[in-house]
Amino acid sequence: MTTPLLSIKGLTKAYPGVVANDDVSFDIGQSEVHALLGENGAGKSTLVKMIYGLVKPDSGTMTWQGKSFTPADPKTARASGVAMVFQHFSLFDALKVSENVALGMENPPPMRDLARKIRRVSETYGLPLDPNRIVGDLSAGERQRVEIIRCLLQDPKLLIMDEPTSVLTPQEVDILFKTLNKLRDEGTSILYISHKLEEIRKLCDHATILRLGKNVGECVPAETSARDMAELMVGDTLQTPTRSTEKTGDVVLDVSGLTLEPTSPFGTTLKNIHFTVSAGEILGIGGVAGNGQDELLSALSGESLTWPDAVKVKGQDVANLGPNARRERGILCAPEERLGHAAAPDMSLTENALLTGAIRENLTNNGFVNWASTNDFAKSIIERFDVRTPGTHVAARALSGGNLQKFVIGREVLQRPEVLVVNQPTWGVDAAAAAAIRQALLDLAAEGAAIVVISQDLDELMEISDRFGALNEGRLSDIRPAAGLTVDEIGLMMGGAHGMEVAHVGDEEKEGAEA
Amino acid sequence: MIALQKRPTPSRTLSLATPLIAVLITMIMGGLLFTVLGKNPFEAIRTIFWDPVFGEFAFYYRPQLLVKAAPLVLIAIGLSLGFKAGIWNIGAEGQYIIGAICGAGVGLAFYPTESRLIFPLMILAGAVGGWAWAMIPAILKTRFGTNEILVSLMLVYVAEQLLASMSLGLLRNPEGMGFPGSRNFSDFPAGSSWINEAAGLHWGMAFAFIAVIFAYILLNRHILGFNIRLTGDSPHAARFAGVNPTRLILFCLGTSGALAGLAGLFEVTGPSGQINIDFASGYGFTAIIVAFLGRLHPVGILLAALLMALTYVGGDLAQGNLGLPSAAIQVFQGMLLFFLLALDLLTNYRVVLKKKGAA
Repeated sequence: MTTPLLSIKGLTKAYPGVVANDDVSFDIGQSEVHALLGENGAGKSTLVKMIYGLVKPDSGTMTWQGKSFTPADPKTARASGVAMVFQHFSLFDALKVSENVALGMENPPPMRDLARKIRRVSETYGLPLDPNRIVGDLSAGERQRVEIIRCLLQDPKLLIMDEPTSVLTPQEVDILFKTLNKLRDEGTSILYISHKLEEIRKLCDHATILRLGKNVGECVPAETSARDMAELMVGDTLQTPTRSTEKTGDVVLDVSGLTLEPTSPFGTTLKNIHFTVSAGEILGIGGVAGNGQDELLSALSGESLTWPDAVKVKGQDVANLGPNARRERGILCAPEERLGHAAAPDMSLTENALLTGAIRENLTNNGFVNWASTNDFAKSIIERFDVRTPGTHVAARALSGGNLQKFVIGREVLQRPEVLVVNQPTWGVDAAAAAAIRQALLDLAAEGAAIVVISQDLDELMEISDRFGALNEGRLSDIRPAAGLTVDEIGLMMGGAHGMEVAHVGDEEKEGAEA
Repeated sequence: MIALQKRPTPSRTLSLATPLIAVLITMIMGGLLFTVLGKNPFEAIRTIFWDPVFGEFAFYYRPQLLVKAAPLVLIAIGLSLGFKAGIWNIGAEGQYIIGAICGAGVGLAFYPTESRLIFPLMILAGAVGGWAWAMIPAILKTRFGTNEILVSLMLVYVAEQLLASMSLGLLRNPEGMGFPGSRNFSDFPAGSSWINEAAGLHWGMAFAFIAVIFAYILLNRHILGFNIRLTGDSPHAARFAGVNPTRLILFCLGTSGALAGLAGLFEVTGPSGQINIDFASGYGFTAIIVAFLGRLHPVGILLAALLMALTYVGGDLAQGNLGLPSAAIQVFQGMLLFFLLALDLLTNYRVVLKKKGAA
């Protein structure tokens, strides 16, 4: 057996109150696509940060091609041949692609040479990219290409990719996989982090599964069922949400011809959006991040006002009403950003309960706040939605992501909405909390509410929605019944491959066959 | 190695303790400063902090404390509302001057009529004057997105020019034999803010107390106060909660302007006595220190204003008795704000000592 590229032994890293990695060991071979599988919070990010030199392990060793490997900072890690594509891009919107690439290099070559290099790499690996375009104008998939090309210019031996497909359509995922396969064939190893089982089964040679910071198993994904991997990952059999009724009532929310200019410079313009949601129905809206999700939520919540008659509830025009007037009419929302939009970070849970609950829960009298009943309202959210917290006096920022999300969703659900709009309801939430949130949404629909779920998690949308549509560059696709939609159809609704090219590997083979 | 670690929840104890620690450090550093100036530091600190309250002539200085504290409380309460919401009115000094000019102008227009109605009318004019001066940065901010810090600050200098012009022109005392300055309100009982001059009581103190109570109720019991705090914590969440940012800016700047205007009116018709070129004494700027020293909390501001008044009165005393330069007292006040803001870090972060290498 050849020496592995990177061998990890007994790596441990503890933070105050939590052990992020506990005695983790595994090997990454030469020319291998190795999957690191685990739920949010399982310790995947901490582990790769140690490999990339961002975090120092408390104990344990790493061996790189037979030599001891202790990167003090990312610079040393990069010098050894480790490159990383982060989940959240670190790009400057206002700069050109080539300028962004140059910023990440130790000794950037002259701009013209660099542009030529970017073109060459992008063509070789089927990642077309114009070095002169402004990053702010690029789609999420194209931004990811900038990050990948930035890494490839360093000729890495190990490429770490953190949840790369969360911003891609299924077709874009196919293209990415072809690129990664080509890289592997050329001798680059890839450490692929994900919690999406099907992807890993398709792409990876080997998988290491983490749960609560521990290595709980290794497998060859192609030979293991998705169900077995899921149970290793979660450590438990999961409850699938159940829906009690299938019938829907009259149209409650009617959006027609909704067009909206963004408020931020690189936001998305919503273009002529039409849809209706009936009582008891869940409409799922998919799409890659940054295609108008935030703007759609703010148009429905009343944070952005729109043309008359663009948004109607039970036949009444609400397009020019602000958030509180819409709450009076039963339209409630839970935005994606938990801290700083849905909740105020430094305020207590009681105060955060007042934030949206003041109107429908009658928490004020002539403008004077009734703190006793506000506190009771916060308590009931905590009890009903199993929010783990020492009490209502705790600041929102002290809660974990999953607990705060349960609080935010619970706060709206308990106010008996007639229309509920949620954006990314289970993003960064552990599986048990995600299941509880989905069940709460289904129960609410069964009680007759009209629900819009905006999400980038297609599995989630397929699981709970009755009908499905996708946002692409500010336009909403036709709405179709969710049952029976294939992944290909969904992908096309999301904008297909966005004009991405397939890696040239296939073409070369064809040419070879012809010759 | 010293590292800072973010606390999960801001420390309440430290939030209350930092002003006291800041005062203590300021005393120590101030003492060093006085030593360098060749004065006995203990005597200087005692003269500033002890003598005005408990010394031989305390009966004279104690009312002085109230006279100095009243405008500081009024202005700082107004500023604290905006500061809590992240709206930075730095131009209270200008609003204070304009309030004084408007209120005094209305009063002098009635000279020498004696009527109980004149003083309430002057109070109204003072508040409206300060409010209107603060509306300039407010409207420019909401309409054109200008920076209220710059605009309000620049307007202080405009107000100072206006003050000089008024003292030399429109409001000049016709019987003043050509000297600059308006008639003195001590000669005009209907327009005087003194309740009891000997005891150092004027209407400004009554209004300062009312402002403290009003601000306390607003911030802790009323949804408007909640919206102010919410906007300061997270503007995006405030929008989601239905807060109209334009209205909030108009309210916060307007209220702080009106309160500063009131402070100016009570000052000109009482302790100062007349509109004159040197009327502006920096209360509008010192109130910024008072607002932060008091943790932007109404009761805290009341205590901070008394402390700041003490440095004024005690500073004067030290100047007279020990020959300390007046600039030294200003440095002293500046140090207080500096240490306070530096120590503020500790409410949100804890200092951790780490052994090198362990990281």
